[in-house]
Amino acid sequence: MMQVRPKEGLQIDGFTLGEKLHTGGFATIWAVTHPDHDLPMVMKVPTILDGYDGPTIVGFEVEQMIMPRLSGPHVPKVIATGGFDVMPYIVTECIDGGSFLPVFQKAPLPLSDVIEIAARMVAAVADLHRQHVIHLDLKPENFLQRKTGEMVMVDFGLSRHDQLPDLLAEEFTIPMGTYPYIAPEQYLRCRDDPRSDLFALGAMLYALATGRNPWGTPETLRGVRKRLWRDPVPPRALRPEIPEWLQEIILRALTVDPMRRYQTAAQMAFDLSHPQQVTLTPRALKLKRDSWLTVFDRWRVMRKIRRFTAPASVAAQVASVPIIVVAVDLSPQGERLAEVLLRAVKRMLILEPDARIACVNVIKTARIGIDQGTDDQGNNLHVLRLVQLKTWAEGIELPDHRLTYTVLEGPDPGQAIIDYATSNQVDHIMMGARGHSTTRRYLGSVSAQVVAEAHCSVTVIRLREGGAEETRPALSEVETAPA
Amino acid sequence: MRVAVLTDIHANREAFEAVLADVAGHGVDRIALLGDIVGYGADPEWCCDRAAALMAEGAICVRGNHDNAASGAPEAMSQLAKRALDWTSARLNAAQKAFLGGLPYTVEAEGALYVHASANRPEEWSYVTSDTRAAPSFRATTARLILCGHVHVPMLASRDIGGVVREQAFKPGLAIPLLPSRRWLAVVGSVGQPRDGVAQAAWALVDTARQELTFRRTPYDAAGAARKVRAAGLPEELAVRLLVGR
Repeated sequence: MMQVRPKEGLQIDGFTLGEKLHTGGFATIWAVTHPDHDLPMVMKVPTILDGYDGPTIVGFEVEQMIMPRLSGPHVPKVIATGGFDVMPYIVTECIDGGSFLPVFQKAPLPLSDVIEIAARMVAAVADLHRQHVIHLDLKPENFLQRKTGEMVMVDFGLSRHDQLPDLLAEEFTIPMGTYPYIAPEQYLRCRDDPRSDLFALGAMLYALATGRNPWGTPETLRGVRKRLWRDPVPPRALRPEIPEWLQEIILRALTVDPMRRYQTAAQMAFDLSHPQQVTLTPRALKLKRDSWLTVFDRWRVMRKIRRFTAPASVAAQVASVPIIVVAVDLSPQGERLAEVLLRAVKRMLILEPDARIACVNVIKTARIGIDQGTDDQGNNLHVLRLVQLKTWAEGIELPDHRLTYTVLEGPDPGQAIIDYATSNQVDHIMMGARGHSTTRRYLGSVSAQVVAEAHCSVTVIRLREGGAEETRPALSEVETAPA
Repeated sequence: MRVAVLTDIHANREAFEAVLADVAGHGVDRIALLGDIVGYGADPEWCCDRAAALMAEGAICVRGNHDNAASGAPEAMSQLAKRALDWTSARLNAAQKAFLGGLPYTVEAEGALYVHASANRPEEWSYVTSDTRAAPSFRATTARLILCGHVHVPMLASRDIGGVVREQAFKPGLAIPLLPSRRWLAVVGSVGQPRDGVAQAAWALVDTARQELTFRRTPYDAAGAARKVRAAGLPEELAVRLLVGR
């Protein structure tokens, strides 16, 4: 058991403890230095009560197990961990921008800030879910930010790594989480649903936009339980200038049944970055809470509920509603290829019935100089392309909210498609490849560039040589590059 | 060091060969066999000789209850096991019996304890089937990691700082971190007669440098092994259970 208590000046495994930066309920945070590591670092040491302090110890074990397995800009880089025999600790890089708590304390924020902050938080959570981890304790103080702008999540003591044993599974007899943000299924002791994090994001988004928590600050489990049947005051009732689409996003994330919530963080991020294309349902227009009769009916059902169905795995859930970008060439030479691409998209929807299709077209702009937004006849090019894109997609039978149209502009069409796919956490790109001309072989084609550089899977559709009679691409014509 | 842990081969040459081929592709430094090299299957001689050869090359090998019985020691056994054992004994020569009868009950190496069944009184062959049944093993040794077999169904348990032993759910094929703050016990599933409903050979890979353990499965020619069991005139149940993994 823990032999040493942390204090300023303490030396352990080459680390020297400096100032105590933070005292939390379960841990203290210290600035540390090490002769071999030339970067600002912090050490987290759990505060273990005398005797056996099971939950704190297990929570810290969970962090020691999960954090070294995470990578990328949205988590702190782990430098070292220490065992319980001397003094348990985790040393990570110091995230310079500090916690988000002060920002939340200033809420309601200007709407542009709300949307921008929300997008960055959701992107961070999407990255975490891709690494098979559900955070399960998202709250303002667990979001830090880098000077470069990325949100960094900390405190993985309640988290669940889908591919590792869940040390916390039997450790607690009450639901774990932070009451204002905890999801209904998490209240029902489910620890396997990544959509629980989306609920917490919804609650934080609500707070950023309105300045108050959707269900206040309950201090008892009874208070937490109410959210199973009681809907929050619609954000627009508290702040009328909140746009309907934003209320739609917030209330969808806060839906009680995880099946009716956003299914992935990537989906939620997509809506935040395409506000004009968010489909509004009656909840977008709501200005009052539901009537007592409706709430009573819900209470009769919900008071008996023991669990909601959890997904098979985090990876399965993340993959269940893929975002597929279809890059369409609308030029007259691309017409035949566009038809074949449309058929390939329809077939893809048979395999992936819940996919969201984002149709994109790129207007190539000059690298230098000012581009004309209009053609020779004075038509607005952007609008024209959008109309063409919608016409092309008419044969795709999908509800509006799962079919979007975007016209991108840039000097390098391939790069524009790749950037769009990256920033929208796209799972799959489908596009056509124009023939095999010599020029293309030496100068490189757009599709080859996308296949080589995109972070997701790419399917390239090609017309058979001289394929005027081509009706459907044979299997050999569809090249799929693994992610 | 990377250690491949194989147990309960039960004279199934097809499964044993398939796992050894799989192990060869995993860059393993050492092989550990946790006993029950013979019994039930149709190839006791080959499996026995292969195990002896591996041991001569540095493999860890401990004694299982079937090995003990095949070497001539009295063991209480089910009717089915007894019939297979009588057949097995008749096939083995004196050297093979001496090899099986001379195997140690336990081996301790690099902080891990290798044993066929429960680590407390290994000669009694107690099954480790739950966290409660894993607790005596933790009390019997100070080893950080206990590796055993005998059950034919993989299981993982840990003992935390407070002494609480809990079973841990895991997914096969994925590396499980063996947190240094706990002690661990893994029941490795059976190579030659899996009983968890998966008709694939089970084994485990331990990486002592990374402190990770992975439960692995290797598909093998179960139909071929079952055919040999039938051809040898061994009980039909023994052939069928290879095909269904129960």
